[in-house]
Amino acid sequence: MSAPGGVLVIAQAEGGALSELSREMLALARRLADETGGMVEAVLLGENLGDSAGDLIAFGADRIHIGDGAAYTAYLAEAWMPKLIEVAADAPPAVILIGHDTMGADLAPRLAIRLGTTVATACVEAEFVAGRLHATRSCYGGAARETLSFKTGPCVLTIKSKSQAALDRNNGRKGEIVPLAADAVQTRVRIVERNVSAAAGVRLETAAVVVAGGRGLNGPEGFKVARELADLLGGALGASRVACDLEWCPASIQIGLSGRTVAPELYLALGISGASQHMAGCGGAKTIVAINNDPTAQIFKSSRFGIVGDCQEILPPLIDALRVLRDAKDS
Amino acid sequence: MHIAVCVKQIQDPEMPTALLRVDADTNKMMLTSSVSPVISPFDEQAVEAALRIRDALGEARITVLTLGAEPARQVLKAALSLGADEGVLLSDPAFQDPDSYTTALALSAAIGKLGDVDLVLTGRQAADFDAGVVGCGIAELLDIPAITFARDISVDGGTIRVQRVIENGHEIVEVASPALVTISHEIGAPRKASLRETMRAARKPIAVWSVEDLALEAAQTGALGARRVLEALYIPSRDIECEFQQGASAREMAQNLARRLYQANIL
Ligand SMILES: Cc1cc2nc3c(=O)[nH]c(=O)nc-3n(C[C@H](O)[C@H](O)[C@H](O)COP(=O)(O)OP(=O)(O)OC[C@H]3O[C@@H](n4cnc5c(N)ncnc54)[C@H](O)[C@@H]3O)c2cc1C
Ligand SMILES: Nc1ncnc2c1ncn2[C@@H]1O[C@H](COP(=O)(O)O)[C@@H](O)[C@H]1O
Repeated sequence: MSAPGGVLVIAQAEGGALSELSREMLALARRLADETGGMVEAVLLGENLGDSAGDLIAFGADRIHIGDGAAYTAYLAEAWMPKLIEVAADAPPAVILIGHDTMGADLAPRLAIRLGTTVATACVEAEFVAGRLHATRSCYGGAARETLSFKTGPCVLTIKSKSQAALDRNNGRKGEIVPLAADAVQTRVRIVERNVSAAAGVRLETAAVVVAGGRGLNGPEGFKVARELADLLGGALGASRVACDLEWCPASIQIGLSGRTVAPELYLALGISGASQHMAGCGGAKTIVAINNDPTAQIFKSSRFGIVGDCQEILPPLIDALRVLRDAKDS
Repeated sequence: MHIAVCVKQIQDPEMPTALLRVDADTNKMMLTSSVSPVISPFDEQAVEAALRIRDALGEARITVLTLGAEPARQVLKAALSLGADEGVLLSDPAFQDPDSYTTALALSAAIGKLGDVDLVLTGRQAADFDAGVVGCGIAELLDIPAITFARDISVDGGTIRVQRVIENGHEIVEVASPALVTISHEIGAPRKASLRETMRAARKPIAVWSVEDLALEAAQTGALGARRVLEALYIPSRDIECEFQQGASAREMAQNLARRLYQANIL
């Protein structure tokens, strides 16, 4: 049972450690809980969770409900729901935060409706205004924003990756751990097969540099050059939806509204027009650099540096020049 | 097999964002007359998914439903021209300005009224507000299982098999009908309306149902029943000044860019 008036984070672990997005949500949860006067609670289901509970406390949680067992090996909404409802329903928190990834986007609407409330998805900001929670999210493909408040409670929010800065780890923090029985649940949906590839190279979400290609790369060959550039910069490769649809690169590296969200220090957009639905996934980058042969391309409106030119002509000398500068800096 | 597909009418999401304007009095996006409304792209793909299932099975009845004012009839017609069999327009002043919850409530009541639906398809999210709530909301209200982010779907006897997109991959799941599936763009491009289907579409039935037809109370629906309040809608400006790299050749421009990235301590 959770305590009333608190903020409940539905956390996720990856390989025995707390996910980056969960840490980001804990920071937001702390800020909100300071206003409600409630505590920050977290619920974590999974298998082989390692010391994720310790992580949760170190990053801001006061009380952890943890269910570790084979019943939670793979996320399945129906299998997880009863336990989440058990934690959330008895003494409803004021706010429930869920990460906006493929799991959270699947889970949150169901949980919200079951709890008799609704959800604001993919939020980038949340704050109390005169005692009411205001959640801000982007809409219209990232071109507009809306701020929502709730007539029902709890306020369920899914939080966009990289929209919040995690707190620094504090190993001195104290918290209470409440184990949950990992009960197997009869589900109507059955997982037959799961194919998850360990993504090649640097992980997109944590990469300091992302090199992304679009239709202007003119084919799989262009993506090889982009990969070379990404490797040189120790970065990850991303793509626009058009490039993914054309199968010039794996669909899993699509950046944008219906793809992944990244917020690197440097985002290099190669032959990408800068549609709002693409920017929805990279608008949080610190610096965007664009190479595009159309001087009026939308991407330049969000870019700090740009080259108007043909990627095929610009990229080889750019790779050369960056290699020279890197070697000079290293030596 | 009876498949119900929920389709929403929205402004063309690929229209230039410079044309977007918010009406400050109503907190709504102003309609731009130069751009025609469309079926939300993921919903068009949901229609496509239904048609592919029918192609594979040889027979299936496809009903398309939309909640909206009279102009939304257009998206039903468009879906009928693609090959759907009949349409249902949920239109009533009481349905106006719904949120995800009241939209799901009305659609689930309509699907319940159809009675014999084996499979409900929706888009993963409507491409205006990008919420992604109504699909699972309908499933919860009908108490049927939901599977999200489908990139492939097939039906064998009473079993629905779905490949769904997850972080870094996909999974294959199965469920017995009835169930709801939300469709993601990975399912592929929808077909174009054929002349033959467009001609036939003119004779296909479109029912119009009101709050009363769905046995709902007006106070439960639309803006009155909504669980959220729209406090503000605005267009953030994020234009920044771009420093274009000059040079007599591609090489020179590339070298200048590389140098600037180091000078500015970005690399
Ligand atoms: C609901 C919805 C969701 C969407 N989700 C996403 C998403 O998640 N991610 C996403 O990326 N898109 C998404 N889109 C699609 C988006 O609207 C754009 O269509 C897409 O991002 C365009 O991809 P692009 O920039 O590669 O291609 P284009 O728009 O075709 O742009 C190609 C650019 O390359 C330039 N170019 C051409 N040749 C060269 C060359 N030789 N050298 C240099 N430049 C060149 C052109 O000037 C142009 O600017 C979505 C759309 C909708 C409606
Ligand atoms: N007004 C509507 N009429 C019919 N279907 C809708 C409507 N609103 C949403 N939907 C369906 O629900 C899906 C998700 O919508 P949303 O939760 O609003 O993003 C859409 O892709 C549609 O399939």
